[in-house]
Amino acid sequence: MKIIRIDKKNWAGGLEKLKGSYRLFGPVKDNEFHNFKRLDKDELPDFNYFNTRLSPKSIIYPQSEIMLEYELDENKENHHVMKESKKDYSQRVVIGIRPCDASAFLLVKRNFDTPEYKDPYWIRSYEATTFVGLACNNPQATCFCTSAGCGPFYEDGLDVLLVDAGDHFLAKIISSKGENLLEAAGWDTETDADEQIETMKQEAEARITSFVTTNKLKDKKIIDLFDAPFWEEVAFACINCGTCTYVCPTCWCFDIQDEAYGLCGIRMRNWDSCMFPLFTLHGSGHNPRSTNMQRVRQRFMHKLKYYVDKYNDGIQCVGCGRCIRLCPVNIDIRKICNMMNSYEVQVTSD
Amino acid sequence: MQNPYLPYPVRIEEIITETEDKNLKTFKLVFLNPDDQEKFLYKAGQFAELSVAGKGEVPIGIASSPSEKGYLMFTINKVGLVTTTLHCMKPGDIMGIRGPLGNSYPWDILKGKNVVIIGGGFAFTTLRSAIVYMLDPVNRPNFKKIHVIYGARSPGMLLYKDELAAWEARDDINMHITVDSTEDPTWKYNVGFVPTITEQKAPPGNEDTYAIICGPPIMIKFTQPVLDRLGYCHDKIIMSLEMRMKCGIGMCGRCNIGKEFVCKDGPVFTLAQLNEMPKEY
Ligand SMILES: Cc1cc2nc3c(=O)[nH]c(=O)nc-3n(C[C@H](O)[C@H](O)[C@H](O)COP(=O)(O)OP(=O)(O)OC[C@H]3O[C@@H](n4cnc5c(N)ncnc54)[C@H](O)[C@@H]3O)c2cc1C
Ligand code: SF4
Ligand code: FES
Repeated sequence: MKIIRIDKKNWAGGLEKLKGSYRLFGPVKDNEFHNFKRLDKDELPDFNYFNTRLSPKSIIYPQSEIMLEYELDENKENHHVMKESKKDYSQRVVIGIRPCDASAFLLVKRNFDTPEYKDPYWIRSYEATTFVGLACNNPQATCFCTSAGCGPFYEDGLDVLLVDAGDHFLAKIISSKGENLLEAAGWDTETDADEQIETMKQEAEARITSFVTTNKLKDKKIIDLFDAPFWEEVAFACINCGTCTYVCPTCWCFDIQDEAYGLCGIRMRNWDSCMFPLFTLHGSGHNPRSTNMQRVRQRFMHKLKYYVDKYNDGIQCVGCGRCIRLCPVNIDIRKICNMMNSYEVQVTSD
Repeated sequence: MQNPYLPYPVRIEEIITETEDKNLKTFKLVFLNPDDQEKFLYKAGQFAELSVAGKGEVPIGIASSPSEKGYLMFTINKVGLVTTTLHCMKPGDIMGIRGPLGNSYPWDILKGKNVVIIGGGFAFTTLRSAIVYMLDPVNRPNFKKIHVIYGARSPGMLLYKDELAAWEARDDINMHITVDSTEDPTWKYNVGFVPTITEQKAPPGNEDTYAIICGPPIMIKFTQPVLDRLGYCHDKIIMSLEMRMKCGIGMCGRCNIGKEFVCKDGPVFTLAQLNEMPKEY
């Protein structure tokens, strides 16, 4: 695969050029943390960060998104008939996304792009986006990506992988989308740095000190794990704040709501969370997941067992570590994953 | 790309109040665009999302049968926001419908079999669809004996009363209508709870006999042991489940039982399948 050398003195100029044909998104300092946002003219992404506080999922899948609109005025033609809202799906690029967050979109894609149904909003914005990843030279203590199906230099889900090499970036072209982007920016100095990148990759991987074990999850029975005795203890401290699902790059659950203003209205979707009791509350008052324990169990069973069984390609987690860093009561998915993986049903003989 | 969230526009053709408490109304809906009707090919047991602009959507079982052409029928219990709005609407009003959604009763498997339908309360809607479908002259030869055990609190709470009476008069379907209790001296059918009537009237289970059962949890709980005693294997007991739903297409993540989404992989499951799934419904 082609590697392009981008001298840092040519960085800002190339990005400005790109802004002519793409909408740019990148990490910027937001109070004491970094988050992804649209880059204005002359604004540069700030790469002085480990990972953003929130995952970049909102770039493809906004926290609130208008889906449909309608008129309620009975004098108007087509009143009460829903139509798709106009959206901007012009091409855009996310610069400096971490490889784990980019690979998370591939896990989520399985939910929104199915053989039977296609979610047009998610798919169109995903397809309109070029992903320029930033390899992690210095993973954090809570990063466990290498045992969660990706890694600090992981390429699947990216169109270009940028490696920070001091006074220049090495840009590894992964797809034709990526190639077009580098061309549009005017970065074209080919270089032979495969070995250098490979060495840096190995060094970065060696810095990862945190792992999950997932090899036995597939063989367990859903019911056995569901009925395992540890869930009360796992869930005991959880206050159901929903922070974990909010910051997670692979959580996709949503709610649909209508809002009418005067005589017109919209149907929109909003991120939702399995941590909230309303998520499953029936109109009758019955709630299949009425307790804290049931909701915590759902979160972990979905990520670490249901998803594993449904798609047969690993867990629904990329190891970014956000939920571990931000959970107010220190619930740690690594610990729970390992508990589930090593759980054996006790055969009682009487 | 077809947008699975975009409802087809429909007009309310007729609204029928079904029960004496006026909490259940049947809506007949007609597509505004004939092309949409062509696309809406459904089977008995499926459901649809009914959409009311400005209020939201509700998943409702399709009560009409694919053999009834030109309209769709839904029977709706007044519960909360959307269903209460629906109850206040009138013929001529425009609303929307998405679907058909979910699997259906397993018609390929039921072909050539005895079918025992057991229903309670207002969960009789998709069972009506199933009955009308099987009784259609084109389809009736495809099934052996048909039994229907249907119960409600009182005579005035039964759905589709005229049709029930018409089915009672036929000899190609065995009707066992029942009410929990009644003071009506003209009541000429059974009195007793559905599980009891099932014990008395349902044929014994065998290779050729399937039971489809829909009703409130309490009815299901007490009917299941009866079916066990009658010798029904769990893969011959078919049930339809309800969960809170939004998308109806397996994407919004709320209606799962284990790895199954009730909206997409269900709502119809055999008891044998449910036995393998977490008890979280
Ligand atoms: C497959 C299926 C078939 C159904 N068939 C029928 C039927 O034939 N007749 C009938 O009267 N009812 C049926 N229901 C139940 C019906 O969907 C709920 O009573 C209805 O959604 C309540 O909505 P609401 O807006 O009036 O109540 P609210 O409590 O205001 O609910 C707000 C929203 O929550 C969701 N919701 C709440 N309760 C339920 C529930 N039990 N199931 C699914 N979503 C829910 C809906 O999106 C609803 O708009 C069915 C449910 C399912 C899942
Ligand atoms: S962040 Fe922690 S406390 Fe909050 S819902 Fe998640 S697990 Fe529970
Ligand atoms: S209703 Fe959305 S997943 Fe089933």
